[in-house]
Amino acid sequence: MNIVVCVKQTPDTAATVTVQDGKVSWGDAPLVINPWDEFAVEQALRTKEAHGGKVTALSLGPEAAKEALKHALAMGCDEAVLVSDPAISAPDSLVVSTVLAAAIAKLGEVDLVFFGRQAVDSDTGLTGAQVARRLGWPSLSLAAAVTALDPGAKTITVARMLDEGRQEVKAPLPAVVSVTKEICEPRYPSFMGIRKASKAPIPVWSLAEIGISAAPQSVLTWPEVFAPPKIETQCEIVAGDSAVAKAAALAARLIEEKVI
Amino acid sequence: MAAKVFVYLDHFNGQILPASLETIGAAKTAAAALGSPLAALVVGPEAQSVAIQAIQHGADEAWVADAAELKDFRAEAYATVVSKALKDAGAEVFMLPATSRTRELAAMVAVDLATGVAPDVVAFEVKDGKLLATRPVYAGKLMTKVMMPQALPQILLIRGRVFPRPEPDAARSGPVNKLDAAVGTVKSEVLGYKPSDGGVSLTDAGVIVSGGRGVSNNPSLTPPAEITDEREKEIWRAQKGFELVRQLAAVLGGAVGASRAAVDAGYVPYSFQVGQTGKVVSPDLYIACGVSGAIQHLAGMRTSKTIVAINKDSEAPIFKVARFGVVGDLYEVLPALAKELGSRLGK
Ligand SMILES: Cc1cc2nc3c(=O)[nH]c(=O)nc-3n(C[C@H](O)[C@H](O)[C@H](O)COP(=O)(O)OP(=O)(O)OC[C@H]3O[C@@H](n4cnc5c(N)ncnc54)[C@H](O)[C@@H]3O)c2cc1C
Ligand SMILES: Nc1ncnc2c1ncn2[C@@H]1O[C@H](COP(=O)(O)O)[C@@H](O)[C@H]1O
Repeated sequence: MNIVVCVKQTPDTAATVTVQDGKVSWGDAPLVINPWDEFAVEQALRTKEAHGGKVTALSLGPEAAKEALKHALAMGCDEAVLVSDPAISAPDSLVVSTVLAAAIAKLGEVDLVFFGRQAVDSDTGLTGAQVARRLGWPSLSLAAAVTALDPGAKTITVARMLDEGRQEVKAPLPAVVSVTKEICEPRYPSFMGIRKASKAPIPVWSLAEIGISAAPQSVLTWPEVFAPPKIETQCEIVAGDSAVAKAAALAARLIEEKVI
Repeated sequence: MAAKVFVYLDHFNGQILPASLETIGAAKTAAAALGSPLAALVVGPEAQSVAIQAIQHGADEAWVADAAELKDFRAEAYATVVSKALKDAGAEVFMLPATSRTRELAAMVAVDLATGVAPDVVAFEVKDGKLLATRPVYAGKLMTKVMMPQALPQILLIRGRVFPRPEPDAARSGPVNKLDAAVGTVKSEVLGYKPSDGGVSLTDAGVIVSGGRGVSNNPSLTPPAEITDEREKEIWRAQKGFELVRQLAAVLGGAVGASRAAVDAGYVPYSFQVGQTGKVVSPDLYIACGVSGAIQHLAGMRTSKTIVAINKDSEAPIFKVARFGVVGDLYEVLPALAKELGSRLGK
């Protein structure tokens, strides 16, 4: 199977993110592989381990995004490709999906593309479905389990986690699968894997190289980024000389303040 | 006058989701500001009855599509119907409730119509005929305003429990028209469906009682002798603890949530997880029990109206965001609280 996994580089989730004069900063917090994408990489690797083939990690971003790809390589991906072009700046998901779809097309006969559920910086969660739409492939989002995969018949079945329950959906390959964290537990890169990844060449493709002559433009603008208003809370520690007394006092306060 | 503002009604088994009604309210405001009637789009089984409810809640007209291929929600098929409807109408604004179905739907419609999507919108204003939407990014650490200066329709996914739900008016009526329901071949096929064990849905809940790793911490509970594995023992204890969490939730008519630590340790399924990599919730009351208040957990519940923390450790960061706190052992506090509230609320 020819498997692709799309990974984005994002700031660490523990970072303190601030904004000054419209510029977002996360101090000296490290840039990492988007945590959701680690699940996508893991699922891609397990698919390869079960059915053979190869896994290519794909990212769109600046040169520095190679670090996220190296993490994917260290986990066990066979190859990695970075798409980078100075003509792309502040891309919205329409732009990202255009570029990723073109890069996937260039990778040849792809059977499966894995995505994370969402990027933890932009929190949009649109890209996977948009790539699927562009390629004309089925999109299986919120996948909590791959329940069947038949490379011969070229079909995949996943359990999707919806608000109201689990839905089982079958689709022909090639397909796009966006995973949730329920699907698997990502492995840690091994020492050997890290060594291998540090030496692996990561080709960088320009837009022209994936057949895009004019850089796609974002339709979204972000005229203002700001810190949310501070929620002023003064915690009232409910007193009492036993747990029962504290519970009674809390109940009284909740009712007094019309919380319930 | 033809409507330029459209609202999508997400429904499940013929039931309109509460977030859909809130979105009608939000879209109504936008329609009024733009001087347009409000049109509701309903796709799938029971579209007709959902459409009538939409009108009673404020839509001026409705467009419905119901066909065999649309029986199960499949984003590909629904997007084809919706994109065509919006295109034919020359829609300028399209709002959807942010649910587990609509994100994918909005994403595909945006590709079809070469336009943008603003997800998880918590506020918007109309400025020079365009919508300026506000949404959280970086797990709510920052907010951004989003605009689509050129592209149409402007697609907004409206976050639940943010906008007020309009009151229905049974006397309201309006035209219900049929949409082109042709979707061609749809590649994916829904094989089956397993509803979750009922109860109140986390994202719609007005009250959430959440348990963290602390829920398993009761050394005085002795698991049965046949459980020898330490991890199994911990889970057994956690189950006892979550029973207390569940009892309090039941008294308050609320839902049960959990921290990631509780999910990762196998106490409860992932669908309970609140936080950056779980569900983002905003209930009127959030009671965190044995949850330390890690930044990733706060990202999912920070905007709750009132937060109550029950924790053994008076230094736990959760107290920094709580309005009320109890420093104590949840094994003692929870049953007492459930009992006290139960008798005060007459349950
Ligand atoms: C990429 C990433 C994403 C993440 N996403 C999420 C997410 O979506 N949601 C999430 O919750 N976390 C998330 N986390 C994990 C987060 O960082 C914390 O590890 C987690 O929230 C801790 O869970 P906890 O508060 O239950 O456990 P702990 O931090 O272990 O806290 C347990 C608390 O229970 C208290 N306690 C113990 N015993 C008792 C008792 N008997 N009575 C009362 N109190 C007691 C303790 O004092 C302590 O404060 C994420 C982390 C990463 C790196
Ligand atoms: N720049 C990018 N390069 C590669 N993959 C991406 C990029 N942006 C988003 N993705 C993928 O799309 C998923 C959803 O991202 P988003 O729609 O931005 O929230 C991520 O989890 C990644 O798998």
